[in-house]
Amino acid sequence: MAERETHESDYVPYFLHKGKYPGALGWLLATDHKRIGLLYLACIATFFSVAVIIGVIMRINMLPGHVILTAQQYNAAFTLHGIIMVFLVVIPAVPTIFGNFFLPILIGGRDMIFPRLNLFTWYLFVLGAVLALVSVFFGGGAVDTGWTFYVPFSLKTTVNVPLAVFAVFILGMSSILTGINIVTTVHQLRAPGMGFFRMPLSVWGFYATAWVQILATPIIGITMLLVVMERLFGIGVFDPAKGGDPLLYQHLFWIYSHPAVYIMILPAMGVISDIFPVFSRKNIYGYKMIAFSSLAIASVGSLVWGHHMYVSGQSDTAGIIFSLLTFLVAVPSAIKVFNWLATMYKGSIQVEPPFLYALSFIFLFSIGGLTGLFLGALSPNVQLHNTYFVVAHFHYVIFGGMGFGLAAAVHYWFPKMTGKMYNKPLSVVAWLVVFVGFNIFYFPMFILGWEGMPRRYYDYLPQFATLHQVASIGSFIMVAGLVLVAGNLLRGLVAGARAPANPWGGATLEWTLPSPPGQEDFEEIPVITHGPYEFDKKESGA
Amino acid sequence: MATSTGVVDGALIYILAMSVLLLFLIVFFMIYFAVRYRASRNPVPSELPESPLIEAIWVIVPTLLVTTMFIYGLTGFRFLRSAPANSLVVKVYARQWSWLFEYDNGKKSADLIVPLGKNVRCELISADVIHGFYVPAFRIQQDAVPGLATYAWFNATTMGSYYILCSQYCGRRHSAMIAKLIVVPPDQFEAWRQGKKIEFTGASYANMPAGERLLYERGCVSCHSLEDNKMMGPPFKGLFGSQVVVTTAGVQRTVVADSAYIHKSIVDPGADIVSGFPNTMPPSKDVVSEDEIGRIISYLKGLK
Repeated sequence: MAERETHESDYVPYFLHKGKYPGALGWLLATDHKRIGLLYLACIATFFSVAVIIGVIMRINMLPGHVILTAQQYNAAFTLHGIIMVFLVVIPAVPTIFGNFFLPILIGGRDMIFPRLNLFTWYLFVLGAVLALVSVFFGGGAVDTGWTFYVPFSLKTTVNVPLAVFAVFILGMSSILTGINIVTTVHQLRAPGMGFFRMPLSVWGFYATAWVQILATPIIGITMLLVVMERLFGIGVFDPAKGGDPLLYQHLFWIYSHPAVYIMILPAMGVISDIFPVFSRKNIYGYKMIAFSSLAIASVGSLVWGHHMYVSGQSDTAGIIFSLLTFLVAVPSAIKVFNWLATMYKGSIQVEPPFLYALSFIFLFSIGGLTGLFLGALSPNVQLHNTYFVVAHFHYVIFGGMGFGLAAAVHYWFPKMTGKMYNKPLSVVAWLVVFVGFNIFYFPMFILGWEGMPRRYYDYLPQFATLHQVASIGSFIMVAGLVLVAGNLLRGLVAGARAPANPWGGATLEWTLPSPPGQEDFEEIPVITHGPYEFDKKESGA
Repeated sequence: MATSTGVVDGALIYILAMSVLLLFLIVFFMIYFAVRYRASRNPVPSELPESPLIEAIWVIVPTLLVTTMFIYGLTGFRFLRSAPANSLVVKVYARQWSWLFEYDNGKKSADLIVPLGKNVRCELISADVIHGFYVPAFRIQQDAVPGLATYAWFNATTMGSYYILCSQYCGRRHSAMIAKLIVVPPDQFEAWRQGKKIEFTGASYANMPAGERLLYERGCVSCHSLEDNKMMGPPFKGLFGSQVVVTTAGVQRTVVADSAYIHKSIVDPGADIVSGFPNTMPPSKDVVSEDEIGRIISYLKGLK
């Protein structure tokens, strides 16, 4: 990108910009994509903290001889942990925080194409979160169904299921509208010269994800409304006593909720694809393959939901087809990993904190992906289904993959968003604590599941005590690391050194802007003449 | 162990070996490149021209590899899903929160007693919500879905007692919904099935008075305390002959807990709902016979 001069005189950081409304209203009525990104960040960070605390309470409860919850409280705890993490943190996090903040900048636009709709999605998100919270304290108490709301249990339990699933419906609306905004923005607002194959791969990740959000989310919305109607009016779509079908619910639920896994992971993979070239000082290997593999994952991934149902009673033929498709969708993920590694080959590698997270993303995501092969295979799944193996697998994929990808994005873009730099040595220490704690926490769960420990168990057989103890200790280490990460970032925000415009030597458009960007991002819309990873070879990083 | 154990383990170990190999290669190259091409040693990066051959290999090799995994899993699945025609059939009643096993001659048991070396087909029946019939040692698992006929089968190859766990989350006492699968010599099994009293090693409720044992075996005590503490359902201690406030068809009234009341509460628990408790108990006439209801009533009479 051509270096542009910054006019110091009329430059004001976006968060100091005086808009139509003063103070807090300037945030609550903001239509600027960067401010909306930060509104989402504030909420999601809060929800994440709550869900982590619930998780720690559960791990204390699983320490041998440390029962602190009743069975009902434990069931509500894992349900809330799941609902908050899935619907309020993992699904929205990367698209709404970094998609909002960086997508327009990365394609050389000045904002999302529908700025007011963008703000509206945040209000829907907050409304959904408030309804979910209210459902915990009113009308029968906290949901105890698990985040999957399986019928007929969710029809029979006495707790406040209708309000909780209605909250999921509202959150789904927010997600659909965000998807529409992203797809339209990518189609309409690319700068002159920014063809689809000059877009940074993070934009491809957001774009593929947005299509899944638009196409899959309506199905969970309708399904949740059907549960509400079944609870309130007894319509009998799912209740076998009235001629309904519990398996119909599972199909509808997973038609959305499996693609939702790709909503979680694809944007993170996109960010990782941006980070690898920057810290290898080298063009990404196989740009088109990575871009197309995102689309392949998004489309084939929509056809594999039945691998959650091998032992549910669905037909054996269906199980066989779903297994085959599941294995096929593993291939584009493997391609991405190979391409990232090939990008490092003969590079000039600087292992800065964002890259450390990106490398550990590959390690953890590989374990998550490879253990997915166990679960996608038919006969092994019969042994491992609904055990701690599944719990370990999806935490490796979602926390190890999406979570570490998110942390990589945070450490990569923090200087751009805040204009400050965090303490790098401390961030490496914090990373190490999280990484070590993570593996001590989740790896024993693979063994627990292999040995036959079912998930969602308040209590366990004596032979599982030792591994549960190890996992709990790992969770405490990991959470201590998370506190260090957060503390370091907050300290950087308040007292960090000023960050230069391009601390990592990146070649995508956000690094041509001052840190932090001004209100309008680009004074003039740039004209794009080359790809996103063509670095000035003489320039050394930071 | 059972014949299914080895079938499933074969596929598991194959996928494990391939995964460990792949993970090792990924981590090796990642660390090797990070060290070998670090900026201080390799200050000027060299671009790698894209090679269609390499990219084709990256697509084809993983595709072939996962295809072998698919086939291995499929072979085992076919085995698990094809119960031989000559199997001994056992009806498995799953309910919140207990298991009950019924043999073709009507013999009922709280533990699944099976003969060594015989094919056993478990037909799964759920009275309320979805449960998961899971025998980790045999590598078999299948959901029991209300309104849907499902089954699992096995052929036990070693004697002993194994856990049957509920693997599909089913509510408050999900983790306590445990029974035993006990593999015994065929002649002992046959004698037991014909009504001979045999206590097998590892049985869940050995050495208990008959009436109390019945309450355990049928899962009543999951929700009803034999002391006076309040669980999901009303406690049993002192229940018989006491005054109970119930809601019948929306109208509140007070009744005496006599034999007729207890009989009705077992057969049709939704008819009179005790004040302060949810209407969650499944109707139990399939799992408790008239004779057994009589034994339960006489036990409760003595539980003061």
